[in-house]
Amino acid sequence: MLTIEDLQVKIGDQVILSHIDLELKPGETHVLFGPNGSGKTSLLMTIMGYPGYKVTHGKIAFKGQDITHTPIHERAGLGIGMAYQRPPSIAGLKTRQMVQICAQAKGGRKVDPEVLAREVKFERFLDRDINVGFSGGEIKRSELLQLMAQDADLMMFDEPESGVDLENITLVGETIAKLLQRGAPRAKKSENEPTVKERLINRTKMGLIISHTGFILDYLTVDKAQVLYNGVLSCKNNPGEILKCIGEFGYEECVKCLM
Amino acid sequence: MLDVRSRAEQAREKKAALGADIDLSKYSFAEVSHPYLQDLRQMPPEDREQMLNAGVDANEVDRSGTFIQKDSAVLYSKSRQEGLEIYPVKEALEKLPWVEDYYGKLVAPETDKYTAAAELSLQNGYLIRALPEASVSMPVQSCLYLDRDGMAQTVHNIVICEEGSELHVITGCATSPHLRNGLHLGITEFYIKKNAKLSFTMIHNWAKNMAVRPRSVGVVEEGGLFLNNYICMKPVKSLQMYPTTYLRGPGATARFYSILLGHPGSELDVGGRIILEADKTRAEIISRAITNGGTIVARGDLVGEKAGIKAHLECKGLILKGGVIHAIPELKGKAEGVEMSHEAAVGKIAAEEIQYLQSRGLSEEEATSTIVRGFMSVDIPGLPKKLKAKIDQAVAQSEKEMM
Repeated sequence: MLTIEDLQVKIGDQVILSHIDLELKPGETHVLFGPNGSGKTSLLMTIMGYPGYKVTHGKIAFKGQDITHTPIHERAGLGIGMAYQRPPSIAGLKTRQMVQICAQAKGGRKVDPEVLAREVKFERFLDRDINVGFSGGEIKRSELLQLMAQDADLMMFDEPESGVDLENITLVGETIAKLLQRGAPRAKKSENEPTVKERLINRTKMGLIISHTGFILDYLTVDKAQVLYNGVLSCKNNPGEILKCIGEFGYEECVKCLM
Repeated sequence: MLDVRSRAEQAREKKAALGADIDLSKYSFAEVSHPYLQDLRQMPPEDREQMLNAGVDANEVDRSGTFIQKDSAVLYSKSRQEGLEIYPVKEALEKLPWVEDYYGKLVAPETDKYTAAAELSLQNGYLIRALPEASVSMPVQSCLYLDRDGMAQTVHNIVICEEGSELHVITGCATSPHLRNGLHLGITEFYIKKNAKLSFTMIHNWAKNMAVRPRSVGVVEEGGLFLNNYICMKPVKSLQMYPTTYLRGPGATARFYSILLGHPGSELDVGGRIILEADKTRAEIISRAITNGGTIVARGDLVGEKAGIKAHLECKGLILKGGVIHAIPELKGKAEGVEMSHEAAVGKIAAEEIQYLQSRGLSEEEATSTIVRGFMSVDIPGLPKKLKAKIDQAVAQSEKEMM
């Protein structure tokens, strides 16, 4: 469970997030809407633990532990992971090595980079330096590959659909769905497999997805949508309803009507 | 030979264009004798270990031949493969008349006082030659080892790849653990003939107060390939070298890679110069410099003389804990239609790269060393995997000292 209580965050002297309350139960996925510059990425970076985002009020707890001031790598160790929109490139560090690093995040997990990479059609990038010269879509797939290796319990996705071409959007959407245990239901292949209902109940992964367009919702269901506007989390509702409202009236009006 | 000596004589006092001036009178040029070894395993264990650090394996596993010179004496010189010749250079000069056609023809003895001193008080050096069409797939190992404190070691080396041959050389320069002070003056001449391929990997493991002045020049003929790798991760007081290669035949290629670490008190001035004289020649110079308190001058110079040549220079420096990195990339195009580029960057590790890795579970220290390791890891196309592993190993050994 992720619990955020009355959070205020500053970059330098400037307040960029305030009065943020958020609760994510095991198995839940939320989508976060909001115009550019409203603080969506900042919220994710704060949850991840980036030191530039200073928590000046409130607290963040994960799995019952206060992590408000826990360093980034310890949060990763607890099972928090993030797919970045614009990750830095690191010359000389191969994607393959990065996958292995991710697999160690929660303690010695064994992965086969080839097998994982195949799932996001990324095999031929394994021996390339991480993110160096990757296109927008390649970065998305690389980030998903890393999260797959990391096996995080809370996964945050910063605009997973941006910069992805039509051919790959399905791949990205379906991979996120799978990561969040929200893959399309299918007929049972054997008696021992859990039923659709059992799978639903046994879901444990938590997801927080930033989306501009809501395209991602074509590929997975989410439990809740929220709008972040001017650094404040403004409403919680059914994602379809919120998207419709934003589409018709714009963020400013939408925030008013649903408050 | 007379000619070489008399030309050297004129340059006795001639200061070098680059690098701090070294007072040669402080060193002993006298010969120090050591018995020739029938078996490399007769070497004392501490010497063996030092050599191993520089890439030389006393058991000669996966090696096609070995040459070892300790101080002024040749300890061992042996080829284990057909098509490969290894001689101490003095013996070669005595026995093989044709060697005169190569000796001193690329590195002018009057270049500076160091080349002059090397020729005038020459101790030895090696001649390594791959015969025409010989494919020497296992590397030849050579080691120039300095044991006597206060000594000046002088060598003149010649590497010849005859037409269509392939040769890999790993050469380590090292000092015994007790040595504090010394001087190494080395001349090396490379001849890569038509369609021949040479990879030459040099790993330097010097001592804190060593002064080092290697001088080398290579010529690559038509379709030839010269890969020149240089790794210096250990402290050295003063090192200056600027190896030069001429791409003389059409389609010849040269690629220089260097990885340098500047310790506090070390001064490294290392460059690479490639002159693209013929059509369709290709050159690449890539250097990585890290300092944790030392001074590194990373030079690179490409000269394009024909249309259609391609050359690239990449000079990257990382300042970890103080020190100076001075990148001096130079390009000179002398014909319309040359394609030449360079990129140079000096900086520190970006915080966002560290944090990115932290979010994948690495601590700050682990993230930093991962980034540094990546920075030092250069892809060298055409280099046998085992030699690449040697380079990675030499770099990894110094990882702790870097952080």
